[in-house]
Amino acid sequence: MGNALLQYATVLMLTIFVGIEIIAKVPSILHTPLMSGSNAIHGVILVGAMLILGSANTTLEEVLGFLAVVLATLNVVGGFVVTDRMLEMFKAKPKAPPAKKDEVTS
Amino acid sequence: MSRGTLIDLLYLVSATTFIIALKGLGSPKRARLGNGIAAAGMLLAVVATFFKQVDGHSLYHVGLILVAMAIGVIVAVPTARFVRMTAMPQLVAIFNGVGGGAAALVSITEFVHIHSTRPATYVTLEVLLGVLIGTVSFSGSAIAFAKLQELMTGRPVTYPGQQIINAILGVAGLVLIIVILVNGQTTLLWVLLALAFVLGIAFVLPIGGADVPVLISLLNSFTGLAVAASGFTLGSNLLIVAGTLVGASGILLTRLMSKAMGRSLSNVLFSAFGSVVTASGGTGADARPVRSGSPEDAGVLLSFASRVAIIPGYGLAVAQAQHVLRELAEELEKKGIEVFYAIHPVAGRMPGHMNVLLAEANVPYELLLELDEANSELQTADVALVVGANDTVNPAAKDDKSSPIYGMPIIAADLAENVLFLKRSMRPGFAGIENELLYSPKTTLIFGDAKDTLTKIVAAVKAS
Repeated sequence: MGNALLQYATVLMLTIFVGIEIIAKVPSILHTPLMSGSNAIHGVILVGAMLILGSANTTLEEVLGFLAVVLATLNVVGGFVVTDRMLEMFKAKPKAPPAKKDEVTS
Repeated sequence: MSRGTLIDLLYLVSATTFIIALKGLGSPKRARLGNGIAAAGMLLAVVATFFKQVDGHSLYHVGLILVAMAIGVIVAVPTARFVRMTAMPQLVAIFNGVGGGAAALVSITEFVHIHSTRPATYVTLEVLLGVLIGTVSFSGSAIAFAKLQELMTGRPVTYPGQQIINAILGVAGLVLIIVILVNGQTTLLWVLLALAFVLGIAFVLPIGGADVPVLISLLNSFTGLAVAASGFTLGSNLLIVAGTLVGASGILLTRLMSKAMGRSLSNVLFSAFGSVVTASGGTGADARPVRSGSPEDAGVLLSFASRVAIIPGYGLAVAQAQHVLRELAEELEKKGIEVFYAIHPVAGRMPGHMNVLLAEANVPYELLLELDEANSELQTADVALVVGANDTVNPAAKDDKSSPIYGMPIIAADLAENVLFLKRSMRPGFAGIENELLYSPKTTLIFGDAKDTLTKIVAAVKAS
C-alpha cells in the first residue's frame, strides 16, 4: 500500500465530514435544487473520461472512452442548466410582491 | 512551477468551488450563485485537463474528445432548457444515470488500459466498486425515468420472493468481486457489469412512483461514490473530493427527504409502498356516495367565502393549470377575499417542486405557506380548494393506524369549513390509497380536467 493511497484515503475521510456538515440545515424547498446541483457536480467524472480517452491505445479503449466523454458531458451540462432553470424561478420572488399588489389594487 | 503542479493547483481551486457551491445551494439567497460558482469551477477543471500529461505524453485524441463533448452539449442544452417544468424529476434522473454510466465506463476502460501491467489488488477493487456502483446507478435511474415519464407503471412492481432474489443478486455481486480479486480474470468483469445492470433494475422496480424522488437522491449519491472510486483508480484528488462530497451529502439529503414524508429510508426502499391497494379503487369507491357539484356551484361557494386556502398537488402541474389558478386567486382577491396557498413539502413529485411550478406562474412568494403555518391558518378558512392533490390531504395519515401512510404529515384540509376537491376521477392518488376526505359531508367533488374546471370557476366567480 503506497503513500499515494494513504493520501487519497485521508482526502476521502475529510471530505465525507465536509459533505455531511455543509448540508445539515437546508430548507425543504431547496431539496430539489440541491439534489440537481450536486448531480451536476458529480459530472466532474468528465475530467476522468477525458484522461481515459486521451490515453487510449486500443480501439476498445477509444470507443469506451468516447462514450464516457459523451455521457459525462450530458451529466455536467444538463445538470447545471436544469439547476439554473429551477433556481431562476426563485430569483424573481423578492421583486414580485410589490408589483403584484399594485396590479390587484388598481 | 511545473505544468503538472499548476494543473493540480487549478484542480484544487475547482474542488474548493464545489464545496462553496454546495454550501450556497443550501440557502435560498445564494443558491443560484452557488450553482454558477460550481459551473465555473467545472469549466476551469475541464480546460486545465486539456493541458495535462498522462503516461508522459500530452492527451491523445483531442479532436475526438471535442467531438464527444460537442455531441453532449448539443443534446443536453435543449433538453435541459425546453423540457416542461413538470418533467423536472425525470430529467434529473436521466442526467444522474448518464453520470453513473460515465463513471462505470471510466473504471472499465482504465482497467482494460492497465490490465497488462498487473495492477495491485486494491486498484482492481477500486475499479470493481466503480463499475458496480456506477452501473447500478445507471440502470436504476433508467427505470426511475421510465416510472416518472409513465413509460411503465408508477406502481411498485412486486413478485414472489422479490427481496430474497434481490439479496441473492447483491451477494452474488460481492462474491464475483472477491473471485475477480483472487483470480484476476478480466472476462468476469463483464459478468459483473451485467449483474450490476440487473441489480439496479431489480432494486428500483418495487419502489412506488411517489417515492421515486427519494430514490433518485439516493442514486445521485451512488453516482458520487462511483466517481470517487474512479478518482482512486485514476489518482485524482479532484474526482475523489467531488465524488465524496456528493456521495456524503446525497445520503444525508436522502434521509432529509424521506423524513419530510414522515417515513424512514428503509421503509421507502423496501416496503413496496402503495402496492397494498390495487387499481380497483375506482370500482370499489362507486358503491359509496359522494357529493359532486358543478364548477358554477364552486364559483358561488368561493365568492361568498372570506378566507380561501388553495392546496395544489401534482394534478395541477399535469393539467398545466398553475396560471389559471393564479388568475382565480387574483379574481378572489379583487372581491376582498383572502387567499393563501398551503404547500405540502412533497407536493408535486419532488420536495420543493410545487414552489418552483407556482413561482413559474408568478404566484407571490409570501402567499405560499409551509405545512405547519398552513395548518394553523386552515382552521379559520371557509373553503379549502384542493387542486390535483390527494395523498397529501388524506386524513388517514392522522387517524388510521393501519394505513400505509400513517404518520406522514398532511395538510389538514378537513379543518376548513368546506372542501372543494377538483379531481379527474375517483381513482386513488399516487400512493394508491383511498381518501376518506372524499366522502366527508364537508366535501364537494368537481370532476374534470383541472385547467378546464378552473377556467369555468373563474368565469363563475367573475359573474357572481
